[in-house]
Amino acid sequence: METKNVMIVGVGGQGSLLASKLLGRLLLNRGYDIKVSEVHGMSQRGGSVVTYVRFGDKVYSPVIDKGQADYIVSFELLEAARWTEYLKPGGKIITNTQQINPMPVIIGAMEYPEKLLEKMAAAGMDVDAMDALALAEQAGSSKAVNLVLMGRLSKYFDIPEEEWLAAIEESVPAKFLEMNKKAFSLGLNA
Amino acid sequence: MKQLILGNEAVARGLYEAGCSFVSSYPGTPSTEITEAVAKYPEVYAEWAPNEKVAMEAAFGASLAGRRSFCGMKHVGLNVAADPLFTISYTGVNAGMVIGVADDAGMHSSQNEQDSRHYAMAAKIPMLEPSDSAEALAFTKLAYRISEEFDTPVLVKMCTRVSHSQSVVETGEREEAVKAYETNIPKYVMMPGNAKRRHPVVEERTKKLTAYAETAQINRIEPGRSNAYGFITSSTSYQYIKEVMGDTYPVMKLGMIWPMPVEKLRSFAASVDTLVVVEELDGFIEAHCKNLGIDCIGKEKFSCIDELSQNLVADALQITREQGVKLEDAVPPRPPVMCAGCPHRGLFYTLKKNKITVLGDIGCYTLGAVAPLNAVDSVICMGASVSGLHGFLKSQQGAMDGKTVAVIGDSTFMHSGITGLVNMAYNESNSTVIIVDNSITGMTGHQQNPTTGYNLKGDPCAKIDLETLCKAVGIRRVRVIDPYDLTQCDQVIKEELAANEPSVIISRRPCALLKYVKHKKSLTVDSEKCVGCKACMRIGCPAISIADGKAKVDNTLCVGCGVCQQLCKLGALNAAEEG
Repeated sequence: METKNVMIVGVGGQGSLLASKLLGRLLLNRGYDIKVSEVHGMSQRGGSVVTYVRFGDKVYSPVIDKGQADYIVSFELLEAARWTEYLKPGGKIITNTQQINPMPVIIGAMEYPEKLLEKMAAAGMDVDAMDALALAEQAGSSKAVNLVLMGRLSKYFDIPEEEWLAAIEESVPAKFLEMNKKAFSLGLNA
Repeated sequence: MKQLILGNEAVARGLYEAGCSFVSSYPGTPSTEITEAVAKYPEVYAEWAPNEKVAMEAAFGASLAGRRSFCGMKHVGLNVAADPLFTISYTGVNAGMVIGVADDAGMHSSQNEQDSRHYAMAAKIPMLEPSDSAEALAFTKLAYRISEEFDTPVLVKMCTRVSHSQSVVETGEREEAVKAYETNIPKYVMMPGNAKRRHPVVEERTKKLTAYAETAQINRIEPGRSNAYGFITSSTSYQYIKEVMGDTYPVMKLGMIWPMPVEKLRSFAASVDTLVVVEELDGFIEAHCKNLGIDCIGKEKFSCIDELSQNLVADALQITREQGVKLEDAVPPRPPVMCAGCPHRGLFYTLKKNKITVLGDIGCYTLGAVAPLNAVDSVICMGASVSGLHGFLKSQQGAMDGKTVAVIGDSTFMHSGITGLVNMAYNESNSTVIIVDNSITGMTGHQQNPTTGYNLKGDPCAKIDLETLCKAVGIRRVRVIDPYDLTQCDQVIKEELAANEPSVIISRRPCALLKYVKHKKSLTVDSEKCVGCKACMRIGCPAISIADGKAKVDNTLCVGCGVCQQLCKLGALNAAEEG
């Protein structure tokens, strides 16, 4: 199988690590070669964060480069806009519509761009947008945005739902399992 | 069993399987998780040392005693440990000793992007360079065999993309490896007479290692379909060239980057029409080839600045690739910031307000240099704030006294700030050092240090008392402040800057992200009182913004620290009712 590329982008502290852990678990269970690349340290302090997940028969580079992502899963709207250049022609963006102002916007040095979804669509991008925060809260925790978005991603993967659920069971603590499964289901069916 | 693990966790697994029983490290991105992961194996003693030099010397001691040992650090940490490194090269080892060093090309979390491979050549120590987690595990185990067979410490060089990428490994069993300690003065006492006899041993060892490099399986040649080009590469650059080229052309992958083979390089070069060296940062392999008289293309195609990637490699080789679409809108950058409730914020606000020149240091508080605080004037390396301040003030013969301070974290102070403070006391500069004590090593992700009272395994242990320590080196004026209290901060900083002797201010409050820290409820804005003057925004808190001309507090971020409240003259920011 040709290597597939998934980028998970967001703001430091939003829980993208659990999303990549879940994906890794799922794909490892399926016997793929996998590379998951993330950056720790300085970028965790509320900065823009990105995780690269690549899988297939044989994966070489640990990173995804411009024009190569089959899917960009974004935890925040501006972050989706930041990484569009990484999308492969024909790729898909799955994004949370939540907006978190970065420091240049907070201090008034720059504006948070308007109508980003419309602009992405106008540029020919295939965008699936949803209020993942509201769905996460509906599932029981604002922290479950990651599982909502993974649920949505699963819609586009040719992998049976029970395999996803098995991977969720292997990735989250037992006491949060039901809530996370609910968030996944809400994302899938939204 | 197949597992998907970080390169750093794979090094830790390699340490475990190789029977390593002693690990001493100092945290530093991207190396930190090696030591955190190995600490989870009960068979391995693991500790955080106060700095990399101490860690390396401790690891040497364990090797001398007959136990396989390891020390881990980031690239700049190896500078700190360079002193023992060069001489342990002469003594060699008893039980195997491996040094892990993680470079940070692209400077994701570092102050420079030096290339550690030069250390291997300079210190005449073999260096292995894995390109993924499976190799990180295998090479770490191999490093111990090389260490004991050739009587040398061995460097294992990681980089951000290998350390912080997860890939699939097969794990194995642990094999215990223990040697007896034997006195050997000519080998281990490096005074001139003995060292003179050891240096030829080192040169002879490099010759033997070069012969080993000729046949070592980790220096492999992968055949291609055409010999028009041939690539020599290592580490993550190997992954990029394979990603772009597949098996079109032959690739020589060096798993041991020092010493390099000679005949193997020559014969590979002779087998291809054009030889290309693909490597990140400096032209290390390229220079070696050119020293051997081998013609090759290298840094004229691939920059020595920043990381490589598959696209950069493709572009350099003029291979067309798919393009993505960039939005026309300017997307505001999202740089890292001090967290909401960060105890450093109030302190830097006070320093900025008083127009104080700040010599800063390495840690989260380096972020005091970014807008809107812009409150740090220089940052060089661990400890440089304290020693730099002494030189800054002493050279000005009093002209800058009372206007300049050093700011250094608790862990960084223990790492190498203390020696600067000794100099300040001893040579009597009128300096004020502010130790920002957040009770943890924050930047690298919450590691314990000698001032926290807990060790790497999380067990309670001896706690260095910073006040007593500063007084013991001769600082008579030591004050403690709470950085959430702006009035107290302002008053104490003014008093200590006015004092006519060196002083230390300990700005003490635990990191807001520590699990045991209890937060207050989010503040609320009284929109009747708020006039939108933005006074509260001068501290650069990510929880505060302006919406419809009034301050707005993000209740998912605000931890109720109350620093912004102290800036609001109209009383428009209110604490929530407790309970």
